[in-house]
Amino acid sequence: MATKRIIRVLDINLSEEKVATHHREDLAPFIGGIGVASKLFAELVDAQKDPLDPEQPIILANGPLSTIFPVVTKTVAVFRSPLTGEWGESYAGMRLALAMRMSGFQAIVIRGRAKKPVYLSISDHGVRFKDATALWGLSVSETGSILRGLEQGRGHRSCIRIGPAGEKCVSFANVNVDTYRHFGRLGLGALFGAKNLKAVVIYGEKDEPIENLAQYNRVYKDIYDKAVTTDIMDKYHGIGTAINVNGLNNLNGLPTKNLQQSSFEQAEAISGEAFAEQSLIRKMACAGCPVGCIHIGLYRREFGPGFDYESKNLSYDHELIFALGSFLGMSSQEKIYALIDAVEELGLDAISAGVLLGWVTEAFEKGILTEEQLGVKPTFDQTEPYLEILQQLVQQPNEFYRVLALGSYAAAQRYGGHDFAMTLAKNEMAGYHTGYANILGQAVGARHSHLDNAGYSVDQKLKDKSAEEKVQALVKEEKWRNVLNCLTICLFAREIYQVETVLSALDAIGIKSNEAELNGLGEEIFKIKHNTRLRLGYDFNQLAVPKRFFETVSVTGNLNPATWQEMLEYYKSIIRE
Amino acid sequence: MAKILQAKYMAKCIGCYSCMLACARTVRHSFSLQKSAIQIHTAGGLQSRFLADICRGCLEPACARACNSGALLPRKGGGVRFIPAKCLGCRDCVEACVVKTIRFDDTSNKPIICIQCGSCTRYCPHQVITMEERENGY
Ligand code: SF4
Ligand code: SF4
Ligand code: SF4
Repeated sequence: MATKRIIRVLDINLSEEKVATHHREDLAPFIGGIGVASKLFAELVDAQKDPLDPEQPIILANGPLSTIFPVVTKTVAVFRSPLTGEWGESYAGMRLALAMRMSGFQAIVIRGRAKKPVYLSISDHGVRFKDATALWGLSVSETGSILRGLEQGRGHRSCIRIGPAGEKCVSFANVNVDTYRHFGRLGLGALFGAKNLKAVVIYGEKDEPIENLAQYNRVYKDIYDKAVTTDIMDKYHGIGTAINVNGLNNLNGLPTKNLQQSSFEQAEAISGEAFAEQSLIRKMACAGCPVGCIHIGLYRREFGPGFDYESKNLSYDHELIFALGSFLGMSSQEKIYALIDAVEELGLDAISAGVLLGWVTEAFEKGILTEEQLGVKPTFDQTEPYLEILQQLVQQPNEFYRVLALGSYAAAQRYGGHDFAMTLAKNEMAGYHTGYANILGQAVGARHSHLDNAGYSVDQKLKDKSAEEKVQALVKEEKWRNVLNCLTICLFAREIYQVETVLSALDAIGIKSNEAELNGLGEEIFKIKHNTRLRLGYDFNQLAVPKRFFETVSVTGNLNPATWQEMLEYYKSIIRE
Repeated sequence: MAKILQAKYMAKCIGCYSCMLACARTVRHSFSLQKSAIQIHTAGGLQSRFLADICRGCLEPACARACNSGALLPRKGGGVRFIPAKCLGCRDCVEACVVKTIRFDDTSNKPIICIQCGSCTRYCPHQVITMEERENGY
């Protein structure tokens, strides 16, 4: 019955304006998503060359369940990160996975460097290299509006693009996906900029008949009902991830003022509940997700005397409220919106931007940085200086701002203040201070993200367990997430996509597997990632955790460097096996 | 009176496209949104409103009037029945539909016709689209 699966890879060379399609039967066992992308990246990355070298590939991949099962909405991007120098992996939702599916490609490889700014128009009818000279320098939203007028496929296409930050190769520039989602963290936007690639618009109309209708309908309905009628996903649909703000604050887990505190006196005003009551205007969904977790708030700003107002719709969630809120001591929603607006338009990763500003503020307070260097006096709870710094680090008028554009770790290397530059393996920390597993999880996880292995949750769920058990839980979770990321489900739906559900969804579209095989796949991807990043320079022995993590009380109490080191050693011993 | 498809509550739409997937899946046996007879799109970017292109279930359907091969028959209560075997692929119905909701499928060489089955409404998580009786008979 099932025809042999072949992964269609679209290979785009920007330098020569050439495209090729590769039919890769050998990639089929990797299912899709991170499996396929990891393999392709390991094949193509050049460990000798800089992350921003034109030769370095950008890999995008979705999975066989994309869009056709509920909450399977993500596309993965894999690249060499300009922020850490090693493994770069990022996920985005909205319309991209849908548009890729309809274009008929399961993976897209982008290499080379265009001679002048271009954007790519990809469809099931081919690839066009289009002049983007006039778009260069434009903000994310302006670029989107213009491309909407230029390209076909209203409603079903996807338009991914960079802002000025990507063009200027800021190491934590992101790629915006359809206005409300992003390829965040680790600087994919800088690779776009280095390739002279302003945007990619994808659209397709490929027909895909269903082979086993009755079975497919049954599995679809089962998953749909779980997502819509049970309470499994209530958290994401209701207040959204911003519900964590109050929760973490009450437990001493909300990083505040550059983690000088783990609870915030103003938390109530910027909590998910307060956002929902005072500024939420609508919720939205990625294509194929009946849950709708994307919370859009209204930002109303007075720009002149005489009742001159502008208003904007901006999306918010926990990570934004942490990075551009509590971490910078912001006491109101308006202030957070002002910063969200700036990072969105410039095309910066919000977490890295906020955490960097936290370090800048404290470094300034301690006399490590001066007003002369900065041009402003950064102060917690004041947006104006921060807005100015963000603009400057994108414009990079001098050496100081060029260093700042390399991220917190590089800036601290140069100017000092390592103890409170809140990075883990060079990536800025996420919005939790829960304990050892959170720190270790981000330091050793493939992409140094809280999403690799959810250390914050291990800290809370396995509170009374031994260090070994926590480390084992992290590794187990990271391997299973590799499997879920081959399918490119949204990780918010991970409770729905347990093993049996995954197997029946795959079976409904003719992909036979079993639990052992899936676990084996998770394991294999774990190895591929690990070996690749060692090749790219990751070194356990170079890991240095900022002292601040051990100075500020966490959800699980005061932490000490010795226990952290012990857990790291145990992790290393498991990995060596 | 038979019920017809209505999109009265579009302000509540989250843009999940579950309705389109349901139509494509149940009526056309396809994964492709292109095969759906209901189309959700934005008025101009995701910051704008969502709009729905749906068959309005005309009581005197212009599409059926335009079809001279007998593939489209007026349905009791509004809208049409579609008999694919009789369709020649002339596209006259596409031209005739007053609200321009019929799209043409080049693969099958047939129009994509809403048969007012209500499958799409059963998968809308927000009850944005519904099957309702026509008010005042119109
Ligand atoms: S397809 Fe168009 S003309 Fe035909 S019944 Fe529907 S709305 Fe009326
Ligand atoms: S009523 Fe039936 S045919 Fe019409 S759009 Fe909905 S699912 Fe499709
Ligand atoms: S199913 Fe409902 S909420 Fe989703 S796109 Fe369709 S009309 Fe909108």
